Amino acid sequence: MQRFALATAFSLLTLAAASAQAVEYSQVQADKSAIHFTYKQMGVAVDGKFKKFASVLSFDPAKPTAAKATFDVDLGSVDTGAAEGDQEVAGKAWFNTKAFPSARFVSGTVKPLGGNKYEVAGQLSIKGKTQDVVVPATFTPNGNSGVFDGSFTIRRADFSIGEGSWAKFDIVANDVVIKFRITAASK
Amino acid sequence: MATHYTKTAKSLHWLMAVLLFGLLALGFYMQDLPLSPEKLKLYSWHKWAGVTAFLLVLARLGWRVTHVPPALPATMPKLMQLAAHAGHLALYGLMLAIPLSGWLMSSAKGFQTVWFGVLPIPDLLDKNKEVGDLLQTVHQGLNLLFVATLAAHIGAALKHHFIDKDDILTRMLPQPAKEI
Ligand code: HEM
Repeated sequence: MQRFALATAFSLLTLAAASAQAVEYSQVQADKSAIHFTYKQMGVAVDGKFKKFASVLSFDPAKPTAAKATFDVDLGSVDTGAAEGDQEVAGKAWFNTKAFPSARFVSGTVKPLGGNKYEVAGQLSIKGKTQDVVVPATFTPNGNSGVFDGSFTIRRADFSIGEGSWAKFDIVANDVVIKFRITAASK
Repeated sequence: MATHYTKTAKSLHWLMAVLLFGLLALGFYMQDLPLSPEKLKLYSWHKWAGVTAFLLVLARLGWRVTHVPPALPATMPKLMQLAAHAGHLALYGLMLAIPLSGWLMSSAKGFQTVWFGVLPIPDLLDKNKEVGDLLQTVHQGLNLLFVATLAAHIGAALKHHFIDKDDILTRMLPQPAKEI
């Protein structure tokens, strides 16, 4: 009897686990999500973030290759840590937010790397320029929701971010690390 | 008792005088510039020079606690002697507090100080806009106080030299007029 109860409990558990796996995470929770960036200013790392972005996401850990993600980042919502910095990067030489208000990432193929690691290939468009990027990410389920974490490096010159007197990399480096944490609930 | 300052004390005094005037001028000048690579460069230089000034003032305090400076002229009224000591104390206090406030402000604003781009100075404060703005006001206020104190310091030195005609100024000059 005891053995039977145990077996039932066990199969129920695996069933529960399996059905939990079939969950699709698609409701992005803005308040638990963030997009940060880090660059070097005269060799010193400086952080910033984007306060506003919209995303459409669907991810089923059981079918990762079918996952899809689109992000639209409001470039005007940039926080460089200084008001005059925010104003400057909204301007023509940097993002030119009047002409190009947002940056867009659209996922392509998703490759599971084992464990909770994935590699998302996609296209990143900023300031009218589109580049292929590969974004490593991890997924951590947490109750009804899950957290995607990852970071990748872009070169600002590939997108003409920082033109004119900023075009040299002696003061503001070319490499910019984009770091994100996206929390999404299952439906 | 010594009648003039030692070579070390004089060197530190005049080296810091040049550095601090440079820092004050640079500080007031740089912050009104429109944002540009040039401005960011000047900010870094200001921070590096400021940290250097802090280290020099520590060296100076090291000299001060191990030496007895020449006494003030006996002809000086007690109250004036007291004012002179208070003024010097204020200068030391400001020379310590100003770079400290600059460093803390930079930390709070999220721009770490890396001395000459090589030696990272730890951030004691976390990034926090309100604290950063407050410390900027503190740095600015202390600097205005410093300018006022320096004006009194220089004014007093010149008064001693030209009106009282004592040796207060010359005993800090590279070659004292009458060395004993
Ligand atoms: C004895 C040393 C120093 C002196 C005499 C000095 C002087 C000044 C002066 C006069 C200003 C302009 C103040 C204003 O009107 O707002 C200034 C601004 C500034 N100082 Fe210093 N400073 C010193 C050390 C430092 C240090 C050690 C740091 C950082 C590590 C620093 C960081 C700054 C910054 C970031 C500003 C610009 C504030 C802003 O506009 O955001 N300073 N300093």
